[in-house]
Amino acid sequence: MPPQLKRLIPLFAIFIFLFLAARSFLVPKSFGEQGHYRFNSIAENKEKAMIYAGKEACDDCHSDRIQEMETDLHKGISCETCHGPGSAHIANPDSIKPMIPKGRDFCGMCHSLNPSRSKLVHQVDLKEHNVTENCIECHNPHLPCQMKK
Amino acid sequence: MSNEEIGKSRRKFIKKAATVGSLLVTTSLFTPFNAVVYAVERPKDPSKTWWGYGIDIEKCIGCGRCANACKTENNIPKQPFYFRTWVEQYTIKNDGTVKVESPNGGIDGFVQSVPPEDIFKAFFVPKLCNHCYKSPCVQACPVGATYETPDGVVMVDETYCIGCRYCVQACPYGCRYINPAKNVADKCTLCYHRISKGKTTACVEVCPTHARILGNLNDPKSPLVKFMKEHTCLVLKPHLNTGSKCFYNALSGEVR
Ligand code: HEC
Ligand code: HEC
Ligand code: HEC
Ligand code: HEC
Repeated sequence: MPPQLKRLIPLFAIFIFLFLAARSFLVPKSFGEQGHYRFNSIAENKEKAMIYAGKEACDDCHSDRIQEMETDLHKGISCETCHGPGSAHIANPDSIKPMIPKGRDFCGMCHSLNPSRSKLVHQVDLKEHNVTENCIECHNPHLPCQMKK
Repeated sequence: MSNEEIGKSRRKFIKKAATVGSLLVTTSLFTPFNAVVYAVERPKDPSKTWWGYGIDIEKCIGCGRCANACKTENNIPKQPFYFRTWVEQYTIKNDGTVKVESPNGGIDGFVQSVPPEDIFKAFFVPKLCNHCYKSPCVQACPVGATYETPDGVVMVDETYCIGCRYCVQACPYGCRYINPAKNVADKCTLCYHRISKGKTTACVEVCPTHARILGNLNDPKSPLVKFMKEHTCLVLKPHLNTGSKCFYNALSGEVR
């Protein structure tokens, strides 16, 4: 064997060893298990807490309200669309209350007159439709076709 | 060296080169190198999930509750330029020009600024990550911090992302942003923490008209497959061959 190889081979062996050692420290656990990524990341993404509980969750305590809503045109709408996220309220129903939407602009987000809006939803001109009062003075928000007065 | 010797060593060299060359070619046949090497495939087993998404533009009323719910559910900064999902208002005027607006992603509702007599056609287009299965963003990531899960969701590993912004550039749909608090890329995870527990995504939950549909493309009975059978569905920018799994009904050619 030529003398230069005698010196270079151990040197290369040390380099390769150091590289593999550094690599095993730097590459995180579960990397490459299923592809070029850290497989455990999927489980970490799964763990996050849910803020919105879903309509089924309200059914445990407010089933009367849900059944009532089934009879009118707001039936397809989830409680949390209007009342905001409910997970915190479900954990502490007495101390944490969900948001109660107020004002004409809130109903207007879905009902204000706009030519882009799908004709599936009935629209009113907020500047003309009973301007002086709040919508829920007349319409029951859960049973919109039922008039309070 | 004599001429004869030179001839011999040349022959030797050519022989060796030919062996190495043919070895290289044959091994490359076994592991073909192509650009979609990171892509996952739709599972052949029908019991495995393959997530997809549907949007019915005809039903969208532009209330923006989806964008609002998404920000709350996923703890996204409230500034009006960080969105995982948002709604755009398209107005096609009689003279053919197109106006696209998305004030605060639609969270505060929309007003139509064009007078009705000038409007040829107007509609809302909700946008979100298309969860492509040949994702340009996944291919662009230099460290493997973004990936496609075996059930077809594109996600970011925020502990591994170096914030280089290549993926933000690579996404042709503009669905990624840099989270200012963590300085890592962020995007729609299809509410992976919800769908893996059997719940639907926050945006689908709050949609009042069921314009948004989440479903398993591998299950012939899922609502998404039914929706796609009943309507003529298109994906955004099909010419880019990204393998988008977000299907739009009534998608106009003007939508970009
Ligand atoms: C564990 C039972 C429970 C569940 C589940 C529950 N609630 Fe409640 N909720 C209550 C109680 C108790 C009250 C207080 C009733 C009262 O004050 O009269 C309440 C009150 C409310 C109120 C009125 C708040 C106010 O300020 O008066 C709203 C709105 C509401 N709930 C919405 C929801 C929604 C939306 C969900 C589903 C995400 C939900 N709740 C799920 C128990 C529950
Ligand atoms: C269209 C929006 C909307 C939806 C959907 C909706 N609510 Fe409400 N809800 C309201 C408004 C607005 C009020 C305030 C009514 C008032 O002050 O008179 C309210 C009030 C309430 C209250 C307080 C008690 C009361 O009657 O004033 C409860 C409890 C409640 N909602 C539960 C629910 C539940 C449960 C659901 C789901 C089945 C639901 N809501 C869906 C808009 C909505
Ligand atoms: C998240 C969207 C949304 C919000 C917010 C909302 N609605 Fe509705 N509303 C709908 C949908 C969807 C329908 C059913 C489609 C239709 O018939 O217009 C509906 C139906 C109605 C109708 C029946 C229209 C008819 O056919 O006669 C009335 C009235 C109504 N809503 C009033 C209200 C009032 C008042 C509020 C505010 C408390 C409100 N809505 C808030 C989505 C919404
Ligand atoms: C003074 C009482 C009153 C107030 C306040 C009021 N409405 Fe009405 N609304 C009515 C009555 C009565 C009707 C049914 C007669 C009609 O179609 O005009 C109606 C009809 C509607 C309809 C159905 C329209 C259709 O085409 O069938 C919608 C949607 C509606 N209201 C939404 C709202 C919204 C949103 C607000 C708040 C910005 C509101 N209303 C405030 C009394 C009221």
